[in-house]
Amino acid sequence: MFGQSILSLVIWVPILAGVVVLATGSDRNAPLARWIALAGALLGLIVAFPLVSGFDTGTSAMQFVEKREWIPVINAFYHLGVDGISMPLILLNSFITVLVVIAGWQVIQDKVAQYMAAFLIMSGLINGVFAALDGILFYVFFEGMLIPLYLIIGVWGGPNRVYAAIKFFLYTLLGSLLMLVSMIYLYFQSGGSFDIQTWHATTLGMTAQTLMFFAFLLAFGVKVPMWPVHTWLPDAHVEAPTGGSVVLAAITLKVGAYGFLRFILPILPDASHELAWFVIMLSLIAVVYIGLVALVQADMKKLIAYSSIAHMGFVTLGFFLFNPLGWEGGLVQMISHGFVSAALFLCIGVMYDRLHSRQIKDYGGLASKMPVFAAFFMLFAMANAGLPATSGFVGEFMVIMAATQVNFWYALIAATTLITGAAYTLWMYKRVVFGSVTNPKVEAMRDIGAREILLLGVLAVCVLGMGLYPKPFTDVMHVSVIDLLAHVAQSKLP
Amino acid sequence: MRDSLIQFAPALPEIFVLAMVSLILVIDAAVDDGKRTIAYVLSLVTLAGAAFLTVRDFSTMPVLALGGLFIDDPLADVLKLFLYLTVAAVLVYSRDYLRERGLYKGEFFVLSLFALLGMMVMVSASHFLTLYLGLELLSLSLYAMVALQRDSSMATEAAMKYFVLGALASGMLLYGMSMVYGVTGSLALGDMAQMLSDGTDLRIPLVFGIVFIVAGVAFKLGAVPFHMWVPDVYHGAPTAMTLFIGSAPKIAAFAFAVRILGQGLESQVAEWRDMLVILAVLSMAVGNIAAIAQSNLKRMFAYSTISHMGFMLLGILAGSQSGYGSAMFYVLVYALMSLGGFGMILLLSRAGFEADQLDDFRGLNRRSPWLAFLMLLLMFSMAGIPPAVGFYAKLAVLQAVVEIGYVWLAVVAVLLSLVGAFYYLRIVKLMYFDAPHDTAPIVASPDARLIMSANGLAILALGILPQPLMAICVHAIGASF
Repeated sequence: MFGQSILSLVIWVPILAGVVVLATGSDRNAPLARWIALAGALLGLIVAFPLVSGFDTGTSAMQFVEKREWIPVINAFYHLGVDGISMPLILLNSFITVLVVIAGWQVIQDKVAQYMAAFLIMSGLINGVFAALDGILFYVFFEGMLIPLYLIIGVWGGPNRVYAAIKFFLYTLLGSLLMLVSMIYLYFQSGGSFDIQTWHATTLGMTAQTLMFFAFLLAFGVKVPMWPVHTWLPDAHVEAPTGGSVVLAAITLKVGAYGFLRFILPILPDASHELAWFVIMLSLIAVVYIGLVALVQADMKKLIAYSSIAHMGFVTLGFFLFNPLGWEGGLVQMISHGFVSAALFLCIGVMYDRLHSRQIKDYGGLASKMPVFAAFFMLFAMANAGLPATSGFVGEFMVIMAATQVNFWYALIAATTLITGAAYTLWMYKRVVFGSVTNPKVEAMRDIGAREILLLGVLAVCVLGMGLYPKPFTDVMHVSVIDLLAHVAQSKLP
Repeated sequence: MRDSLIQFAPALPEIFVLAMVSLILVIDAAVDDGKRTIAYVLSLVTLAGAAFLTVRDFSTMPVLALGGLFIDDPLADVLKLFLYLTVAAVLVYSRDYLRERGLYKGEFFVLSLFALLGMMVMVSASHFLTLYLGLELLSLSLYAMVALQRDSSMATEAAMKYFVLGALASGMLLYGMSMVYGVTGSLALGDMAQMLSDGTDLRIPLVFGIVFIVAGVAFKLGAVPFHMWVPDVYHGAPTAMTLFIGSAPKIAAFAFAVRILGQGLESQVAEWRDMLVILAVLSMAVGNIAAIAQSNLKRMFAYSTISHMGFMLLGILAGSQSGYGSAMFYVLVYALMSLGGFGMILLLSRAGFEADQLDDFRGLNRRSPWLAFLMLLLMFSMAGIPPAVGFYAKLAVLQAVVEIGYVWLAVVAVLLSLVGAFYYLRIVKLMYFDAPHDTAPIVASPDARLIMSANGLAILALGILPQPLMAICVHAIGASF
């Protein structure tokens, strides 16, 4: 019955669930709000399953397409569809939403309904970002998701949350506004269309391409985030509640990277080739410099935030190598980073809930007090460092291989991450988990309960599964990547 | 003049409003203070009746009447319907506020309706005389409304400022009109356009005339550098009057600008476009930057109005039908947002307390999550963040500007709107992130709450489905030009 509108369901089920959760009102009904939120998140995941089962991996054409009239006056359509690039991201997002709802189960005691609703609504909007094939529709979802995230950071965040929330919002808005002007320009260049696929075929002069390249680069580069426009991320991560950090790292950063594949590369191929050195340079700076910055962090969340920037540097590096291995490596890295960073932020959340500190120096000797937790944390730390057999290894390895094909030096510089990544992650792990207990409060820490084991266990399965057998993921994206690359190889100069 | 009676028919809504105002004036003089509700109900009846007449005689094409002084076209009819709606919302929002401050008198209703009549004449004018007549009827009513709170020195001062500067602007406008008249020999917009499209040797007097007219229009819109009155008047006037001044007259001012520039001086677009570019950029810059420094919400909204009018001018300066359509959409959306913003101040105010400081919004989410949510929608709409309708208003004017090749102007506009986003976000921050200052329960009448909810939800609903309102604007402009 709903076969024709799976993507609409994927977008609107979480949003409507969020509205229902809001309707439960004050904190007196908090248990009800939690259960409805969980049901909504699970339902949102279930309606996304047909995207996998019904997905045709043999074509790069858009699938599950829906196209309805929306704003005929400006020729904007309610146009949805997914290919091998966006489908896994939708699934990742729906999956992470369930985890986030469970993660906030006991921790959040204040304005529970609003908290849960904000996450559900944001989840629907993010699915919209990945599914939209109309420029205006994309923009509406792209900007709309800022509102719940702004509230999540600002209402449930740490002491410096107001600064972080406003900085996050204005930073991302700056990029998107210039993108909006570019989109309007594209509308006139393409003869009055906001259709993204039409834009892919629009011829554009080099000057226009270059200017728009920088506008889009700012919009998506801020989201990724790329050096030097990354400074909002550590602030936002540190101040956000655990769920907010998870969504930020696992999903919102992917929105930026996704924008590269959907907008910058196919719409502006000539400028992308011309300016690839620039993006590669920024990516390598992110990988090396931000990796070193992560090394000296005293705050665990900040450390993981910086490590996210370094890992996303791999993604953008892979995209601008213009070969299939690089693109698929970048995409695998995106998904893998979604699992690993989510898991690490959940781990930090577990510790924070018990000790109310994120400082590395306040911990030490957790292995004896929380052995089960320590084991999970070990796995995710290794994945973050890129240990083979974890998902973190696959993406990095593919990108480094791709870089070798293009330029040996790129590969060499990028490969230093295997050293710095291991250094900052494992050094943090050592200081937090091993050694003797110096802080008396650590003595009193309980090991993780069933709810937390469930959360981390599910993510552990994902991380290991993807690390041992990544083929299902690459199969889904392979045809789309090859065809998109062929498109990007063609010049669009008039 | 055989068919002189029929010639009055297009002006039936105006005639009806005039008759009703006179009736209310007489009735109100006869009843004592306890029965002021009669005037309130009669005013709403007047609005409903005028709306009925406008809808019944809705014109599908322009009809000139009263010897070419008056035009009844789809643009005028649509704008009039929105004027009725706006004024009705103002009346409902301000009832409790006026009652608590001893301003709940017949004068308020009579002046509101006279102002409405002035605006109706303005949107239906096809002649310099009627344009000016409507403008003065509106302005004089507004001056008196601001001064209505006689014992408030701030309100009196604001009224004086408003009057003096307003008279100056009217003088400039008249001077410009007389110069254009000297060049074209006609006061009727249609004849003028005809004459000018054939070309004229009198370039210099014509350009001078246009400069003065643009200055007059800019004053009425509150565009920089003719904006000095806006913050003082918005701040000084009782909030109910600010609500009135900040909403409906902007719709009329839009019509005023489009009638003169777009219809009368259509062929001179090259002359006035550059002037409007300067006005628009300055308004967006000064409005958005000065708003950050304000601690009084009414003043902040005043500066935000200035920036919004700058945005609206972007649509007009495009000088195309799509440009006018986008400006019309912008001004209608703006009126809706402005109603909500000032309406919220009225709703949170109570006897002896004005909720017009930014601090009064602290922790509103704890006091009333619903009102906070509505205010959130209003703020994001003003900032131009989707899915609120304000985004589409900005999108439409930016589109109009890019269409004429002024991409740089669109870039300047979005960068300045980024500055603007900051102070709107600050309101959201106060409401959601901070603890309440003021813990008194919010007392508001159910009808005001209802209008507020409808107003806020309209922002969201139009943001999800903007097509109907956008199409109305495009068609109204298309059928009137």
